[in-house]
Amino acid sequence: MIRVVLPAHLRTLARVDGEVTLDVEGQATQRSVLDTLEARYPMLRGTIRDHVTQTRRPFLRFFACEEDLSHELPDAPLPDPVATGAEPFLVVGAMAGG
Amino acid sequence: MSGVRVLVGTRKGAFVLTSDGTRKRWNIGGPHFGGWEIYHLKGSPADPNRLYASQTSGWFGQVIQRSNDGGKTWEPVDNKFVYDGVPGTHQWYDGTPHPWEFKRVWHLEPSLTDPDMVYAGVEDAAMFRSSDGGQSWHELSGLRGHDSGSKWAPGAGGLGLHTILIDPSNPERIFIAISAAGAFRTDDGGTTWRPINRGLKSEGIPDPTAEVGHCVHRIAMHRSRPGVLFMQKHWDVMRSDDAGESWHEVSGNLPTDFGFPIDVHAHEPDTIYVVPIKSDSEHYPPDGKLRVYRSRTGGFEWEALTNGLPQHDCYVNVLRDAMAVDSLDSCGVYFGTTGGQVYASTDAGNNWAPVVRDLPAVLSVEVQTLP
Repeated sequence: MIRVVLPAHLRTLARVDGEVTLDVEGQATQRSVLDTLEARYPMLRGTIRDHVTQTRRPFLRFFACEEDLSHELPDAPLPDPVATGAEPFLVVGAMAGG
Repeated sequence: MSGVRVLVGTRKGAFVLTSDGTRKRWNIGGPHFGGWEIYHLKGSPADPNRLYASQTSGWFGQVIQRSNDGGKTWEPVDNKFVYDGVPGTHQWYDGTPHPWEFKRVWHLEPSLTDPDMVYAGVEDAAMFRSSDGGQSWHELSGLRGHDSGSKWAPGAGGLGLHTILIDPSNPERIFIAISAAGAFRTDDGGTTWRPINRGLKSEGIPDPTAEVGHCVHRIAMHRSRPGVLFMQKHWDVMRSDDAGESWHEVSGNLPTDFGFPIDVHAHEPDTIYVVPIKSDSEHYPPDGKLRVYRSRTGGFEWEALTNGLPQHDCYVNVLRDAMAVDSLDSCGVYFGTTGGQVYASTDAGNNWAPVVRDLPAVLSVEVQTLP
């Protein structure tokens, strides 16, 4: 089980409260987690990753275990505590803007 | 009793303002999608409870929302706007080629007859259509693929397709406008397009006969007379009597011919409204007086409408999509400001009153006249 924490606006869009828990097939990577997330919540497609390039949107970052994983390759394994559900995978919006 | 529903898009959410046919007491619904920019929302003429909204964010990109109950509840639909084929380039501000990049939906225009069909005008300028209620979007790429497409350049606000007018007498004919490429028309339902900018004169364009490059801010028509178009250009208020084949200036006695919105009275095809704005770059009303100008002669002769509008120390703007009319008798006229006020006139502009004063900056105003 993977735990995902979304920014408030995406929780509202997906109509979820608190953390999202996902059963991810195979190895837990950014790609597999986000693919699973978007399959369950199709309205999140395009809001975290670009529809076409699948790259992370510029004002979002990915954190886990107090590390910035934003620049890790999408198919790199996530840290074990994320894969086991001990720690959440955090999608964080830039805290800037008007 | 009939009523009106005013759909307001703002920098921080959507609001739905409703009243009965007297238009005296208003209920303010919202905010919907709080914190998101709502560039535009509009209802289907064929089913007034079917609404579409463009919800955007610098963080999370584009979302399209749909309502089937007049804006009480909403559901997100497809937000995948992908240009056809290899997108190529348009011209950047400095004249260099720049790749087309989808940024946001500026304007949603539902079909006049089919609630599930809706057009989307986007930045970077392109036209998309959905035939399934927003569940999927497909580019009408003949527009962007026009020979002039590589010469289109953005205005200060971006390369946005902001105006979509469907000819009520011929749904195959659609007019659109792009800042700062100009106006275009299709006569085959969106397959092929051509510029309709003859007669426009724009300072800074070396070639006075240039077919593109004009910063058209808005076009309006009366549904009974779709061959007559009115245009608020960056500078100049223009009129065409031949469906855009040629344009002539009707700025007449306006205090400034710069502005953003233009609209037509619901029952009088030659009564038109603009909001003159000081420019370049100030973009607030001249002399701090918020004045709508009305022409009852299709242009040239204009009168200031001031009753109920602030006549001192007012420095708001009225954006291109932020004016609309209802079709009650007498015609209601509505506009929203960047200061968050939505003003309404229930007597065709003679007198005005704020419906609401303190919304976020208003980006768009649309009105539905309900049975």
